[in-house]
Amino acid sequence: MSRQEIKTDKTESLWHILLTFLKVGAFTFGGGYAILPVIQQEVVNNKKWVSPEEFSDILIITQGMPGQLALNSAIQIGIRLRGIPGGLMGALGVTAPSVIILLAIAAYFYPLLRDNDYVQAIFYGLRPAVVALIAAAAVKMGRGILQGLNGVILCAVLLLIAIITQIHPIIILLVGGLAGMIVCKRGV
Amino acid sequence: MITMLLSLYWSFLKVGLFTIGGGYAMIPLMEAEVITVHGWLTASEFLDIIAVAEMTPGPISINAATFIGYTMAGVAGSLIATLGVISPSLVLLLLLSRILVKVIQNPKAANFLNGLRSALVALILLASFTLGQTAIIDLPTAIIFGLLLIASLLKQVSPLYFIAAGALLGLLLFPY
Repeated sequence: MSRQEIKTDKTESLWHILLTFLKVGAFTFGGGYAILPVIQQEVVNNKKWVSPEEFSDILIITQGMPGQLALNSAIQIGIRLRGIPGGLMGALGVTAPSVIILLAIAAYFYPLLRDNDYVQAIFYGLRPAVVALIAAAAVKMGRGILQGLNGVILCAVLLLIAIITQIHPIIILLVGGLAGMIVCKRGV
Repeated sequence: MITMLLSLYWSFLKVGLFTIGGGYAMIPLMEAEVITVHGWLTASEFLDIIAVAEMTPGPISINAATFIGYTMAGVAGSLIATLGVISPSLVLLLLLSRILVKVIQNPKAANFLNGLRSALVALILLASFTLGQTAIIDLPTAIIFGLLLIASLLKQVSPLYFIAAGALLGLLLFPY
Protein backbone atom coordinates (compact mmCIF):
# COMPACT_ATOMS: atom_id res chain seq x y z
CA MET A 1 0.00 0.00 0.00
CA SER A 2 2.81 2.41 0.76
CA ARG A 3 4.17 3.85 -2.41
CA GLN A 4 6.18 6.79 -1.22
CA GLU A 5 8.01 7.30 -4.50
CA ILE A 6 6.07 9.64 -6.70
CA LYS A 7 6.31 8.41 -10.23
CA THR A 8 7.04 11.14 -12.73
CA ASP A 9 7.35 9.92 -16.27
CA LYS A 10 7.55 12.96 -18.47
CA THR A 11 5.37 11.66 -21.28
CA GLU A 12 2.01 13.30 -20.67
CA SER A 13 1.73 16.92 -21.76
CA LEU A 14 0.62 19.46 -19.14
CA TRP A 15 -1.97 20.69 -21.64
CA HIS A 16 -3.46 17.20 -21.86
CA ILE A 17 -3.67 16.96 -18.03
CA LEU A 18 -5.37 20.36 -17.89
CA LEU A 19 -7.89 19.49 -20.62
CA THR A 20 -8.79 16.17 -19.00
CA PHE A 21 -9.60 17.76 -15.66
CA LEU A 22 -11.32 20.76 -17.26
CA LYS A 23 -13.70 18.30 -18.87
CA VAL A 24 -14.32 16.56 -15.53
CA GLY A 25 -14.87 19.90 -13.75
CA ALA A 26 -17.19 21.32 -16.40
CA PHE A 27 -19.46 18.35 -17.01
CA THR A 28 -19.78 16.48 -13.70
CA PHE A 29 -22.75 17.42 -11.54
CA GLY A 30 -23.44 16.43 -7.94
CA GLY A 31 -20.26 17.21 -6.00
CA GLY A 32 -17.27 15.12 -4.89
CA TYR A 33 -18.84 11.70 -4.57
CA ALA A 34 -20.29 12.01 -8.07
CA ILE A 35 -17.03 13.33 -9.52
CA LEU A 36 -14.69 10.61 -8.19
CA PRO A 37 -16.19 7.78 -10.33
CA VAL A 38 -15.90 10.02 -13.42
CA ILE A 39 -12.23 10.74 -12.65
CA GLN A 40 -11.64 7.02 -12.12
CA GLN A 41 -13.24 6.16 -15.47
CA GLU A 42 -11.17 8.83 -17.20
CA VAL A 43 -7.70 8.24 -15.69
CA VAL A 44 -7.83 4.48 -15.00
CA ASN A 45 -9.95 3.06 -17.82
CA ASN A 46 -9.71 5.58 -20.66
CA LYS A 47 -6.27 7.18 -20.35
CA LYS A 48 -4.56 4.43 -18.32
CA TRP A 49 -2.61 7.08 -16.43
CA VAL A 50 -2.79 5.16 -13.13
CA SER A 51 -3.50 1.52 -12.30
CA PRO A 52 -6.64 0.57 -10.29
CA GLU A 53 -4.35 -0.12 -7.28
CA GLU A 54 -2.71 3.28 -7.55
CA PHE A 55 -6.15 4.86 -7.79
CA SER A 56 -7.28 3.23 -4.56
CA ASP A 57 -4.09 4.51 -2.87
CA ILE A 58 -4.97 7.96 -4.17
CA LEU A 59 -8.49 7.61 -2.74
CA ILE A 60 -7.16 6.76 0.71
CA ILE A 61 -5.07 9.93 0.77
CA THR A 62 -7.92 11.93 -0.80
CA GLN A 63 -10.32 10.98 1.98
CA GLY A 64 -7.89 11.35 4.87
CA MET A 65 -6.71 14.78 3.77
CA PRO A 66 -8.19 18.24 4.12
CA GLY A 67 -9.85 19.57 0.98
CA GLN A 68 -12.32 18.65 -1.72
CA LEU A 69 -12.36 15.05 -2.98
CA ALA A 70 -12.23 15.89 -6.69
CA LEU A 71 -9.50 18.48 -6.17
CA ASN A 72 -7.36 16.21 -3.98
CA SER A 73 -7.47 13.34 -6.44
CA ALA A 74 -6.83 15.60 -9.47
CA ILE A 75 -3.73 17.08 -7.78
CA GLN A 76 -2.35 13.64 -6.91
CA ILE A 77 -2.90 12.27 -10.41
CA GLY A 78 -1.27 15.37 -11.90
CA ILE A 79 1.74 14.92 -9.57
CA ARG A 80 2.14 11.28 -10.59
CA LEU A 81 2.19 12.27 -14.27
CA ARG A 82 4.29 15.43 -14.28
CA GLY A 83 5.34 16.37 -10.75
CA ILE A 84 4.31 19.72 -9.24
CA PRO A 85 3.40 21.42 -12.57
CA GLY A 86 1.15 18.44 -13.33
CA GLY A 87 -0.50 18.77 -9.90
CA LEU A 88 -1.16 22.45 -10.54
CA MET A 89 -2.76 21.63 -13.91
CA GLY A 90 -5.03 19.07 -12.22
CA ALA A 91 -6.07 21.67 -9.62
CA LEU A 92 -6.66 24.36 -12.26
CA GLY A 93 -8.68 21.98 -14.41
CA VAL A 94 -11.06 20.97 -11.62
CA THR A 95 -11.44 24.51 -10.26
CA ALA A 96 -11.64 26.79 -13.33
CA PRO A 97 -15.02 25.63 -14.70
CA SER A 98 -16.62 26.10 -11.25
CA VAL A 99 -15.26 29.61 -10.95
CA ILE A 100 -16.34 30.65 -14.46
CA ILE A 101 -19.84 29.14 -14.24
CA LEU A 102 -20.56 30.39 -10.72
CA LEU A 103 -19.24 33.86 -11.51
CA ALA A 104 -21.61 34.05 -14.47
CA ILE A 105 -24.52 32.99 -12.26
CA ALA A 106 -23.63 35.20 -9.28
CA ALA A 107 -22.89 38.30 -11.40
CA TYR A 108 -25.51 38.02 -14.11
CA PHE A 109 -28.23 35.38 -13.87
CA TYR A 110 -28.97 35.38 -10.13
CA PRO A 111 -29.57 39.15 -9.79
CA LEU A 112 -31.68 39.05 -12.97
CA LEU A 113 -33.88 36.17 -11.85
CA ARG A 114 -33.91 36.52 -8.06
CA ASP A 115 -37.14 38.53 -7.80
CA ASN A 116 -39.12 36.48 -10.30
CA ASP A 117 -42.10 34.70 -8.69
CA TYR A 118 -41.29 31.33 -10.23
CA VAL A 119 -37.66 31.54 -9.17
CA GLN A 120 -38.85 32.39 -5.65
CA ALA A 121 -41.06 29.30 -5.77
CA ILE A 122 -38.17 27.14 -6.95
CA PHE A 123 -35.94 28.29 -4.08
CA TYR A 124 -38.83 27.82 -1.63
CA GLY A 125 -38.74 24.12 -2.62
CA LEU A 126 -34.96 23.90 -2.96
CA ARG A 127 -34.21 25.03 0.61
CA PRO A 128 -35.94 22.06 2.33
CA ALA A 129 -34.49 19.78 -0.38
CA VAL A 130 -30.96 20.94 0.47
CA VAL A 131 -31.63 20.51 4.20
CA ALA A 132 -32.89 16.97 3.47
CA LEU A 133 -29.65 16.25 1.60
CA ILE A 134 -27.57 17.54 4.51
CA ALA A 135 -29.57 15.54 7.08
CA ALA A 136 -29.32 12.41 4.91
CA ALA A 137 -25.55 12.95 4.60
CA ALA A 138 -25.26 13.01 8.41
CA VAL A 139 -27.29 9.81 8.77
CA LYS A 140 -25.36 7.99 6.01
CA MET A 141 -21.99 9.10 7.38
CA GLY A 142 -23.13 8.05 10.84
CA ARG A 143 -24.10 4.57 9.62
CA GLY A 144 -20.66 4.10 8.08
CA ILE A 145 -18.58 5.62 10.86
CA LEU A 146 -20.34 5.11 14.18
CA GLN A 147 -20.06 1.35 14.41
CA GLY A 148 -18.59 0.90 17.86
CA LEU A 149 -20.31 2.16 21.02
CA ASN A 150 -17.40 4.56 21.65
CA GLY A 151 -18.04 6.36 18.39
CA VAL A 152 -21.75 6.76 19.12
CA ILE A 153 -21.12 8.11 22.63
CA LEU A 154 -18.42 10.47 21.35
CA CYS A 155 -20.76 11.77 18.65
CA ALA A 156 -23.63 12.28 21.13
CA VAL A 157 -21.40 14.06 23.66
CA LEU A 158 -19.93 16.35 20.99
CA LEU A 159 -23.42 17.13 19.64
CA LEU A 160 -24.49 18.13 23.16
CA ILE A 161 -21.38 20.29 23.63
CA ALA A 162 -21.95 21.95 20.24
CA ILE A 163 -25.59 22.73 21.04
CA ILE A 164 -24.92 24.05 24.55
CA THR A 165 -21.75 26.05 23.98
CA GLN A 166 -22.31 27.24 20.37
CA ILE A 167 -18.56 26.89 20.05
CA HIS A 168 -16.83 27.08 16.62
CA PRO A 169 -17.03 23.75 14.75
CA ILE A 170 -13.23 23.64 14.34
CA ILE A 171 -12.91 23.25 18.12
CA ILE A 172 -15.48 20.44 18.10
CA LEU A 173 -13.56 18.68 15.29
CA LEU A 174 -10.25 18.97 17.14
CA VAL A 175 -11.77 17.76 20.42
CA GLY A 176 -13.33 14.84 18.50
CA GLY A 177 -9.98 13.94 16.93
CA LEU A 178 -8.12 14.07 20.25
CA ALA A 179 -10.86 12.05 21.96
CA GLY A 180 -10.57 9.53 19.12
CA MET A 181 -6.88 9.09 19.91
CA ILE A 182 -7.70 8.39 23.55
CA VAL A 183 -10.88 6.33 23.13
CA CYS A 184 -9.89 4.04 20.27
CA LYS A 185 -6.53 2.63 21.27
CA ARG A 186 -6.43 0.64 18.07
CA GLY A 187 -7.51 1.58 14.58
CA VAL A 188 -11.26 0.98 14.36
CA MET B 1 -11.90 46.18 0.60
CA ILE B 2 -8.51 44.74 1.48
CA THR B 3 -9.80 43.83 4.93
CA MET B 4 -12.80 42.08 3.38
CA LEU B 5 -10.57 40.13 0.97
CA LEU B 6 -8.26 39.09 3.79
CA SER B 7 -11.10 37.89 5.98
CA LEU B 8 -12.67 36.06 3.02
CA TYR B 9 -9.36 34.31 2.39
CA TRP B 10 -8.85 33.42 6.05
CA SER B 11 -12.43 32.16 6.50
CA PHE B 12 -12.38 29.95 3.41
CA LEU B 13 -8.88 28.72 4.24
CA LYS B 14 -10.28 27.42 7.53
CA VAL B 15 -13.18 25.81 5.68
CA GLY B 16 -10.75 24.08 3.28
CA LEU B 17 -8.40 23.00 6.04
CA PHE B 18 -11.10 21.31 8.12
CA THR B 19 -13.14 19.81 5.30
CA ILE B 20 -11.92 16.25 5.70
CA GLY B 21 -13.58 13.58 3.62
CA GLY B 22 -15.20 16.06 1.25
CA GLY B 23 -18.89 16.36 0.48
CA TYR B 24 -21.04 17.89 3.19
CA ALA B 25 -18.19 18.11 5.71
CA MET B 26 -17.81 21.75 4.68
CA ILE B 27 -21.41 22.75 5.49
CA PRO B 28 -21.04 23.27 9.28
CA LEU B 29 -17.73 25.13 8.82
CA MET B 30 -19.02 27.41 6.06
CA GLU B 31 -22.22 28.01 8.02
CA ALA B 32 -20.22 29.01 11.11
CA GLU B 33 -17.87 31.35 9.23
CA VAL B 34 -20.35 32.94 6.83
CA ILE B 35 -23.43 33.22 9.07
CA THR B 36 -22.39 33.02 12.73
CA VAL B 37 -18.92 34.58 12.84
CA HIS B 38 -19.12 37.25 10.12
CA GLY B 39 -22.85 37.66 9.44
CA TRP B 40 -22.13 37.92 5.70
CA LEU B 41 -25.29 36.05 4.72
CA THR B 42 -28.61 35.05 6.27
CA ALA B 43 -29.31 31.33 6.68
CA SER B 44 -31.80 31.54 3.83
CA GLU B 45 -29.31 33.22 1.44
CA PHE B 46 -26.73 30.59 2.43
CA LEU B 47 -29.14 27.75 1.59
CA ASP B 48 -29.95 29.35 -1.77
CA ILE B 49 -26.25 29.47 -2.61
CA ILE B 50 -25.73 25.84 -1.55
CA ALA B 51 -28.68 24.89 -3.79
CA VAL B 52 -27.10 26.71 -6.76
CA ALA B 53 -23.73 25.09 -5.94
CA GLU B 54 -25.45 21.67 -6.02
CA MET B 55 -27.07 22.17 -9.39
CA THR B 56 -23.96 23.45 -11.16
CA PRO B 57 -21.06 21.21 -12.22
CA GLY B 58 -17.91 20.93 -10.09
CA PRO B 59 -17.10 20.52 -6.38
CA ILE B 60 -19.86 22.04 -4.19
CA SER B 61 -17.56 23.88 -1.79
CA ILE B 62 -15.60 25.51 -4.64
CA ASN B 63 -18.88 26.56 -6.29
CA ALA B 64 -20.18 27.96 -2.99
CA ALA B 65 -16.89 29.78 -2.26
CA THR B 66 -16.98 31.48 -5.68
CA PHE B 67 -20.60 32.59 -5.23
CA ILE B 68 -20.19 33.81 -1.63
CA GLY B 69 -16.91 35.56 -2.50
CA TYR B 70 -18.60 37.38 -5.39
CA THR B 71 -21.53 38.42 -3.20
CA MET B 72 -19.19 39.96 -0.63
CA ALA B 73 -16.46 41.54 -2.78
CA GLY B 74 -17.08 41.08 -6.50
CA VAL B 75 -14.77 39.21 -8.87
CA ALA B 76 -11.73 39.69 -6.61
CA GLY B 77 -13.74 38.29 -3.70
CA SER B 78 -14.77 35.22 -5.66
CA LEU B 79 -11.19 34.46 -6.70
CA ILE B 80 -9.82 35.03 -3.19
CA ALA B 81 -12.50 32.89 -1.51
CA THR B 82 -11.90 30.07 -4.01
CA LEU B 83 -8.15 30.32 -3.55
CA GLY B 84 -8.71 30.14 0.21
CA VAL B 85 -10.78 26.97 0.02
CA ILE B 86 -8.27 25.19 -2.29
CA SER B 87 -5.07 26.45 -0.60
CA PRO B 88 -4.82 23.65 1.99
CA SER B 89 -5.08 20.95 -0.70
CA LEU B 90 -2.56 22.71 -2.91
CA VAL B 91 0.02 23.27 -0.19
CA LEU B 92 -0.36 19.91 1.55
CA LEU B 93 -0.46 17.76 -1.58
CA LEU B 94 2.03 19.62 -3.76
CA LEU B 95 4.69 20.16 -1.12
CA LEU B 96 4.14 17.63 1.63
CA SER B 97 2.61 14.59 -0.05
CA ARG B 98 5.52 12.27 0.80
CA ILE B 99 5.30 13.07 4.51
CA LEU B 100 1.49 12.98 4.53
CA VAL B 101 1.34 9.48 3.11
CA LYS B 102 3.32 8.31 6.14
CA VAL B 103 1.28 10.40 8.58
CA ILE B 104 -2.04 9.06 7.30
CA GLN B 105 -0.84 5.49 7.66
CA ASN B 106 0.13 6.03 11.28
CA PRO B 107 -2.45 4.34 13.59
CA LYS B 108 -2.60 7.42 15.84
CA ALA B 109 -3.58 9.54 12.85
CA ALA B 110 -6.20 6.95 11.91
CA ASN B 111 -7.70 7.22 15.40
CA PHE B 112 -7.60 11.01 15.21
CA LEU B 113 -9.47 10.86 11.89
CA ASN B 114 -12.03 8.43 13.33
CA GLY B 115 -12.73 10.75 16.25
CA LEU B 116 -12.88 13.72 13.91
CA ARG B 117 -15.41 11.93 11.71
CA SER B 118 -17.63 11.24 14.75
CA ALA B 119 -17.50 14.97 15.46
CA LEU B 120 -18.33 15.67 11.82
CA VAL B 121 -21.50 13.55 12.00
CA ALA B 122 -22.60 15.57 15.06
CA LEU B 123 -21.84 18.88 13.33
CA ILE B 124 -23.60 18.03 10.06
CA LEU B 125 -26.63 16.83 12.00
CA LEU B 126 -26.65 20.08 13.96
CA ALA B 127 -26.27 22.13 10.75
CA SER B 128 -29.32 20.41 9.27
CA PHE B 129 -31.32 21.44 12.37
CA THR B 130 -30.23 25.08 12.39
CA LEU B 131 -30.59 25.50 8.60
CA GLY B 132 -33.86 23.59 8.74
CA GLN B 133 -35.40 26.31 10.87
CA THR B 134 -35.21 28.76 7.97
CA ALA B 135 -36.07 26.26 5.24
CA ILE B 136 -38.93 24.33 6.82
CA ILE B 137 -41.43 27.10 7.51
CA ASP B 138 -44.84 25.65 6.66
CA LEU B 139 -46.62 22.41 5.73
CA PRO B 140 -45.47 22.24 2.06
CA THR B 141 -41.79 22.74 2.97
CA ALA B 142 -42.11 20.14 5.75
CA ILE B 143 -43.58 17.70 3.20
CA ILE B 144 -40.76 18.38 0.72
CA PHE B 145 -38.16 17.84 3.46
CA GLY B 146 -39.81 14.66 4.77
CA LEU B 147 -40.35 13.08 1.37
CA LEU B 148 -36.82 13.74 0.17
CA LEU B 149 -35.18 12.67 3.43
CA ILE B 150 -37.03 9.35 3.42
CA ALA B 151 -36.28 8.83 -0.28
CA SER B 152 -32.58 9.53 0.17
CA LEU B 153 -32.32 7.15 3.12
CA LEU B 154 -34.06 4.36 1.21
CA LYS B 155 -32.22 4.69 -2.08
CA GLN B 156 -28.85 5.84 -3.32
CA VAL B 157 -29.88 8.63 -5.68
CA SER B 158 -27.83 11.43 -7.21
CA PRO B 159 -28.27 14.76 -5.40
CA LEU B 160 -29.34 16.20 -8.76
CA TYR B 161 -32.66 14.34 -8.61
CA PHE B 162 -33.32 15.86 -5.21
CA ILE B 163 -32.58 19.31 -6.51
CA ALA B 164 -34.90 18.69 -9.47
CA ALA B 165 -37.62 17.30 -7.18
CA GLY B 166 -37.25 20.21 -4.74
CA ALA B 167 -37.53 22.76 -7.57
CA LEU B 168 -40.58 21.05 -9.07
CA LEU B 169 -42.36 20.65 -5.71
CA GLY B 170 -41.53 24.27 -4.92
CA LEU B 171 -43.20 25.41 -8.14
CA LEU B 172 -46.26 23.31 -7.37
CA LEU B 173 -46.68 24.07 -3.66
CA PHE B 174 -45.46 27.71 -3.36
CA PRO B 175 -48.15 29.99 -1.84
CA TYR B 176 -48.06 32.47 -4.76
